[in-house]
Amino acid sequence: MMLIYLIAVLLTAGILAGILARWSTLAPRWISLAALAVDLILAARIWAGRSLSASTTWYDEVDWSWIPNFGIHFHLAVDGLSFLMLMLTFFLGIVAVLCSWTEIREKIGFFHFNLMWVLAGIVSVFLAMDLFLFYFAWELMLIPMYFLIVIWGHERRVYAGTKFFLFTQCSGLLMLIAILALYFMHHQSTGIYTFEYSELLGTTLSSGAEVAIMFGFFIAFAVKLPVVPFHTWLPDAHTEAPTAGSVILAGLLLKTGGYGLLRFVIPLFPRAAHEFTPVALTLGVIGILYGAVTAFSQTDLKRLVAYTSVSHLGFVLLGIFSWNPLALQGAVITMICHGLSTGALFVLVGGLQERIHTRDLDRMGGLWSVAPCLSASALFFSMASLGLPGLGDFVGEFLVLLGSYRVSVTLTVVATLGILASTFYALRMMQRAFFGPNTNSWKLPDLTPREGVIMTVMIVGLLWLGFHPQPVLNTFAPAMDNLQRQVQMPAAALRRLP
Amino acid sequence: MNASDTRALLPLILIAGTAVVVMLGIAAKRSQKLAAGLTLTGLAASFVSVFAVAPLVPRQVTSLLLIDRYALFYLGLIIASAAVVAVLSYRYFAKYDGQREELYLLLVLATLGCEVLVTSIHFASFLLGLEVLSISLYGMVAYFTDRGQALEAGIKYLTLASASAAFLLFGMALIYGATGTLAFSSVQNLSLQGPNLVLLLPGIALSLTGIGFKLGVVPFHLWTPDVYQGAPAPVAAFVATTSKTAVVALLLRYLPAEAQQPPAVFFLFSLVAVASMCAGNLLALRQSNVKRVLAYSSIAHFGYILVAFLVATTMAAGAIAFYLVAYTVTVLTAFGIVTVLSTSKADADDLEDYRGLFWRRPVLASVFTAVLFSLAGIPATVGFIGKFYIVASGANGSAWPLIIVLVLTSVIGLFYYLRIVVALFATVPERQSSMVRLGWGSAFVLSGLTVLLICFGVYPTPLLNVIRATIGGLN
Repeated sequence: MMLIYLIAVLLTAGILAGILARWSTLAPRWISLAALAVDLILAARIWAGRSLSASTTWYDEVDWSWIPNFGIHFHLAVDGLSFLMLMLTFFLGIVAVLCSWTEIREKIGFFHFNLMWVLAGIVSVFLAMDLFLFYFAWELMLIPMYFLIVIWGHERRVYAGTKFFLFTQCSGLLMLIAILALYFMHHQSTGIYTFEYSELLGTTLSSGAEVAIMFGFFIAFAVKLPVVPFHTWLPDAHTEAPTAGSVILAGLLLKTGGYGLLRFVIPLFPRAAHEFTPVALTLGVIGILYGAVTAFSQTDLKRLVAYTSVSHLGFVLLGIFSWNPLALQGAVITMICHGLSTGALFVLVGGLQERIHTRDLDRMGGLWSVAPCLSASALFFSMASLGLPGLGDFVGEFLVLLGSYRVSVTLTVVATLGILASTFYALRMMQRAFFGPNTNSWKLPDLTPREGVIMTVMIVGLLWLGFHPQPVLNTFAPAMDNLQRQVQMPAAALRRLP
Repeated sequence: MNASDTRALLPLILIAGTAVVVMLGIAAKRSQKLAAGLTLTGLAASFVSVFAVAPLVPRQVTSLLLIDRYALFYLGLIIASAAVVAVLSYRYFAKYDGQREELYLLLVLATLGCEVLVTSIHFASFLLGLEVLSISLYGMVAYFTDRGQALEAGIKYLTLASASAAFLLFGMALIYGATGTLAFSSVQNLSLQGPNLVLLLPGIALSLTGIGFKLGVVPFHLWTPDVYQGAPAPVAAFVATTSKTAVVALLLRYLPAEAQQPPAVFFLFSLVAVASMCAGNLLALRQSNVKRVLAYSSIAHFGYILVAFLVATTMAAGAIAFYLVAYTVTVLTAFGIVTVLSTSKADADDLEDYRGLFWRRPVLASVFTAVLFSLAGIPATVGFIGKFYIVASGANGSAWPLIIVLVLTSVIGLFYYLRIVVALFATVPERQSSMVRLGWGSAFVLSGLTVLLICFGVYPTPLLNVIRATIGGLN
């Protein structure tokens, strides 16, 4: 039942925020914060009350019949992987509310309504264990996100929002076809109509059908992640979205893609995924390099940060398709740390734009002298982004490379160049924006206490993950073992690539 | 025809009686209130009688009409949608200076035509129903005789409908020549071979023009945008929902969805379906008139329905029934909003009328957003479950090419729905807020439809159970 409350609290808070905005501009903000705090407490209670028996990896579960005519269940469940993603969701949700405290001045009620509902959609995606419900949530989280972009975004918001929506809808519909194909093929072999994840695992499929269905899923997640040929919506959407929207896009929506690959693509279609591994790994490496190189040549600060996401999530793809414990652990840590470090960078860029009304790197420079705290935070998070040891991103990327080394030495070596390239874009960003002479004689206030708190918490989080990632790894471990057991494809059996 | 036959015909008889009563009522006293009241009472009585005759079915009444559960389901849907149109008309036509009462008479007659269509199993009743419907619609479409666009729409509808009826008659003649009977069953049971085939196939093809015209599928779609735009908004709602529902119900009687169609018919329909999905969605892209967008989107939607019709699985009939309910609820809501925003001078159909509506009329704009998402097939709306059901029945029949076309064209469709959504939420300089009052009737109808739109989108099980009990075709 607790899982229902997690979603219901957010949905109710969204409606309340929308209504109460008529009386007070502060009410929606506090309601949203309160709802997220309640969700954090609920999640903590789920964590405390989890059953530690070996029979199940689910901490908690809800399973109701929903549309019996089609064999559809309302089935939510949480395991270590989902739990980590939930914590990230609630944390970044709080950050999103805080960072829009002064940025959003118009239509505050509707803004927080959308914010709460997109978070509810994301939570449902991480919890859904029925494929129909998963698709339902997958599509539903788009709409509030779309509104966040087209109503509160920057100059080219309608273009960016529409592009985002069309990309995800098109790929989502392909996934729907794939889900239905799997559903009917499962019925053919067993005589049971079901969308239940655990029952669809291990459906016997002809190899041609398995590859085709896997592609339906893969493309949907590849668009979200994003994998390079499908990434073009991302820079536009991230750049044009308001700060809170960028934080949620980069920190959470992209993670749903990684989560989907991890939870659905490989466990449901192990053989097809295995055959596809060389291509997927190559795409991952291309993403790492392409993202880094493109980020280097951006003049729009926000667009630069957006392209770094492409690069970082290339590591996630690399890690997931390497499919050995080290690489998987690395992928999950990278997902979490990328949420924190890139989220923080978007908050900083948003704060900067609020102060100097531009995102153009050419018009910045010398900001360190006027806003030292802000600049120092930026330095910290760019260091995290470039993979400085001691910070979370390093742990994730290092583990991924360690794992992928066992699968393909060549690709791992090339991927390592990506870390090198990230040094260039991160240092260039610092150099152009914060160091040098203050030629435009900018005068701007430094971090406000509110921003200071956000930054401090995120810095502590990244340091914690950098020095002591073991709790996260321990949480993920049972879920990972379970996923790997489903696939029954130990790392040693993976074909070594040239 | 005995007493039980008459009882089984009650839904039709009541509507026919209502037409007479409304006519006499107008003769006695010209009052919109009276005409609307009589119409709604008649529709309500007919709706109740649908449930009352349920124990008697299935019953064939003469060789022309068959009342069975299938017919009852569609009768219910048709009467309910006609009642919504009647309620929406009340406020809309109250602003009109001319004679308002005859509209209700025409509406009742058109509904009678639809009822005959869904119960008919014979070409004679098919033609009768179709003509009663068409002739009433000519009058309804061109009801505003002082508006050029309405007259243009009326004339266009008149000429094209007559032409397609002529084709239909010729097709019937050919089928009669081939089989010697005008019952639908003759077409289905025929072993297709010999010289008769030469007559029969063209006969079927020509008879389908009549059906295709009413559905507005490509290549018989040319009237759709003009009629939607020119007709008064409630009438356009009737053309879009009630009349099309009746014709789809008839099509499935004529060529049952479960049966494998002859290859030539299958090929023809595939062509029509693909062309409708593509043309409907592509042509809507350049429209800035909401009613025209709805027209083109309806062309595409009936292309989707044909996909389910073509795959010939056990799910198809149920999928089509569900989709028609979804489509009816959604499109009635859409036209309901157009209706309440319209003024006495012109319908609110320009995109500019909707710009920034959310900040002026948040509830209406939210409902309209839900409508657009339902048309686009986004979850938590009834349109999503409808599209899901259609795609599922397609996947069940392994009709992958058709499904892929459906998906790709519906993504194109998304683009013009989003354009309207963007307009609804756009920030506009404060205009004088023209606070149109909704009126009790419209408010009640619109909120009811919205509840259905969301509820069946989130929890469609009750509706699915009704469809399983009446139409069948669920697993």
